[in-house]
Amino acid sequence: MSKTMIRVLGLLISIGAFLLIAECAKKDKPMLGSDDAASAVYVAPGDYDEFYAFTSGGFSGQLGVYGLPSGRLFKEIPVFSLDPENGYGFNEETKDMLKTSFGYIPWDDSHHPELSQTDGVTDGRWIFINGNNTPRVARIDLRTFETAEIIEIPNSGGNHGSPFITQNSEYVVASTRFSVPIPQADVSITSYKENFNGTLSFIKVNPDDGHMNIEFQIMVPGFDYDLASGGKGPSHGWAFFSSYNSEQANTLLEVNASRNDKDFIAAVNWKKAEEYLAQGKAKKRPAEYYRNYMDHRTHSAVSELNKSVMILDPADCPGLIYYLPTPKSPHGVDVDPSGEYIVGGGKLAAVVSVHSFPKMLKAIEDEKIIGEAGGIPILDYDATIAGEVTNVGLGPLHTEFDGKGYAYTSAFISSEVVKWKLGTWEVVDRIPSYYSIGHLMIPGGGSMKPWGKYLVALNKMTKDRYLSTGPELAHAAQLIDISGEKMKLLLDFPTVGEPHYAQGIPADLVHPKAKKIFPLEENEHPFVTMKEADARVERDGNIIHVYMTTIRTHFKPDNIEGVQVGDIVYFHVTNLEQDWDIPHGFAMQGAKNSELLVMPGATNTLRWEPKQVGVFPFYCTDFCSALHQEMQGYVRVSPKGSNTPLSFN
Amino acid sequence: MKTTTISIAILTTIMLIGCGKNDKTTTDEQGGSPAGGDGLSQTQLTHGIGPIQPFNLEPLDDARAAAGKEIFEVKCIACHKIDERLVGPPLSGVTERRSPGFIMNMILNPDQMVKQHPEVKAMLAQYYVPMTFQNVTEEDARSILEYLRTLKSKDLTKGE
Repeated sequence: MSKTMIRVLGLLISIGAFLLIAECAKKDKPMLGSDDAASAVYVAPGDYDEFYAFTSGGFSGQLGVYGLPSGRLFKEIPVFSLDPENGYGFNEETKDMLKTSFGYIPWDDSHHPELSQTDGVTDGRWIFINGNNTPRVARIDLRTFETAEIIEIPNSGGNHGSPFITQNSEYVVASTRFSVPIPQADVSITSYKENFNGTLSFIKVNPDDGHMNIEFQIMVPGFDYDLASGGKGPSHGWAFFSSYNSEQANTLLEVNASRNDKDFIAAVNWKKAEEYLAQGKAKKRPAEYYRNYMDHRTHSAVSELNKSVMILDPADCPGLIYYLPTPKSPHGVDVDPSGEYIVGGGKLAAVVSVHSFPKMLKAIEDEKIIGEAGGIPILDYDATIAGEVTNVGLGPLHTEFDGKGYAYTSAFISSEVVKWKLGTWEVVDRIPSYYSIGHLMIPGGGSMKPWGKYLVALNKMTKDRYLSTGPELAHAAQLIDISGEKMKLLLDFPTVGEPHYAQGIPADLVHPKAKKIFPLEENEHPFVTMKEADARVERDGNIIHVYMTTIRTHFKPDNIEGVQVGDIVYFHVTNLEQDWDIPHGFAMQGAKNSELLVMPGATNTLRWEPKQVGVFPFYCTDFCSALHQEMQGYVRVSPKGSNTPLSFN
Repeated sequence: MKTTTISIAILTTIMLIGCGKNDKTTTDEQGGSPAGGDGLSQTQLTHGIGPIQPFNLEPLDDARAAAGKEIFEVKCIACHKIDERLVGPPLSGVTERRSPGFIMNMILNPDQMVKQHPEVKAMLAQYYVPMTFQNVTEEDARSILEYLRTLKSKDLTKGE
């Protein structure tokens, strides 16, 4: 080859290599660390998001399911709420999920979603979430994205500090925000200090089916317990609970609960608690609380009333619990991925205080105890503290970790995310939030294995960020790229309800396991209709059971006569479809609940009490095929005592 | 010029290697040599598209046909009658009109059959509602086929 040819060849290869790099850069989205925020969050039509994000609904009582980085909303899962869209809480199968010792409570304030973990890593099996107002913890099954179980927490008021998980999902823990008389009693509110207590509840999770039971509660002084975190690695076997109002004020807390320079993080040795439980140190106390779960075979809720709970008193159990003084009215208590550091977000403090777990053990061993509160030893702050992060912004609330040695703290008052280094405690970066960030979330950021690529800021104020929708606005989440040295704002997206907290997980750990249908042959609903030939209508006094089937595009039966005013009609609708994404809806004129949305292979029941004589239509509400609009039927309602025979076809 | 040709070839190769990931395949689900339109092979036209390869039937297995009837009455009968049109076509004599492979692939892989097979596409235009997969196994589908063999043709003009 001549030199010219070699040069030409070299040039062409260079061009080729350049084009290749350019092409790859274009395809390798997201282009994190570049200025191209739009392409970093763009998920092309038909492509999937890299992560799921689960956001609590706050006062909507639901759980939001989003994709990251796109911020697209996929679903709102009804938990402590009614959902007219699919009949949850309205239909006969799910009503009992909302049963409590106070009766049927169709609403709650859900704050903190928490994914199940195996060996400290989020495993994509379940997600738990708390109900604050009527203390409850729910478990959502991530194969169906449906609420699978709700357990009520007795001896609790304001179940805020929950549900936080231990390293292998042995327990989800729950703590009381509002201390109350235990057991409840008619006492003066001014007797708060004598009569009011908090509880820390340990809810055992069955590793096979996820079923929950309250293994024990620890009676603690009447502070306000706020948040919690499970230990991990070296601190596995411990759980940590933040608290404020160590003043035990019962009125005007904004002033009266903000007097002390330090409040407490409670460190609980739950393995020790298990020993005390085995030794019979716990007292069995009467308490009425419900556990409701969906029986996946019958597609129906089962409710059971529990009548007692085991309570441990720290006074009988030395070494069970210690208080770590922490400035000031701490909110977040967050254990880093190594399990060594316990980070207290001192809501009203100018610093973030980081306790060291090994130093804490040493302080216990060396008896560095400066006092006690309600029989619980208080450890010396200087003996447990590993470091303080200064200049961390105003109102530090909550901290998560990227797994690369950095921590990210939300600062509510100064409205920013502050990045700092574990070990040196120096602040290395900060980025404003719009506006007033509460919690933040990094996928896996509270576990031993964070996926430190994105951070979601869950902001409390929205103001002018979106087109106005009147006085009531969507809340604002913000996606921040944390893959580089400097944080970078990528995206705003609106969220539903008020997400107090969120969880994130790689889509690969959930998406492939999601169920597509319920196999018909596994349906053991007591009113299932397995085939059209079995569709029928039966009368039992004034109760009428309609065994109905649906398949594209008809109901069987679709004409029913002989129903009378005063009857109670149950439509038990079985969807015979076995194909993905073919639910059928069922709506009956005059029904006072909602529609049904019946998944393939499932049976749902709508209760209808006809009040008027006439002929009333029902129809399929979910567009199912080209002949969806033909999917309809009639019920003839005759006067009470009419001799129109019961018939159907 | 020879060198330039080589160079262009190298360049093209580099470009073709590209990043090579993340492109959803668009050349899925085709096999055999094309015959006529739609890119389907003669085998696919006759025996359908799906997991079932062409095969010959043995003499009728009554026990298996009875098992197939039970499955049919749970999973199929809501849409298919024997001698008249319902949601889908009547099925008497279907085994005289279609190959065993075609019928089983239609049961097991209806989504692709409806989208790609010209005769099934034509049926969709006639019936409007696409055939649906009913979560049956290959064994189930084979039993249903055996049952369908017992449904002798009564009036071919009413068929598909």
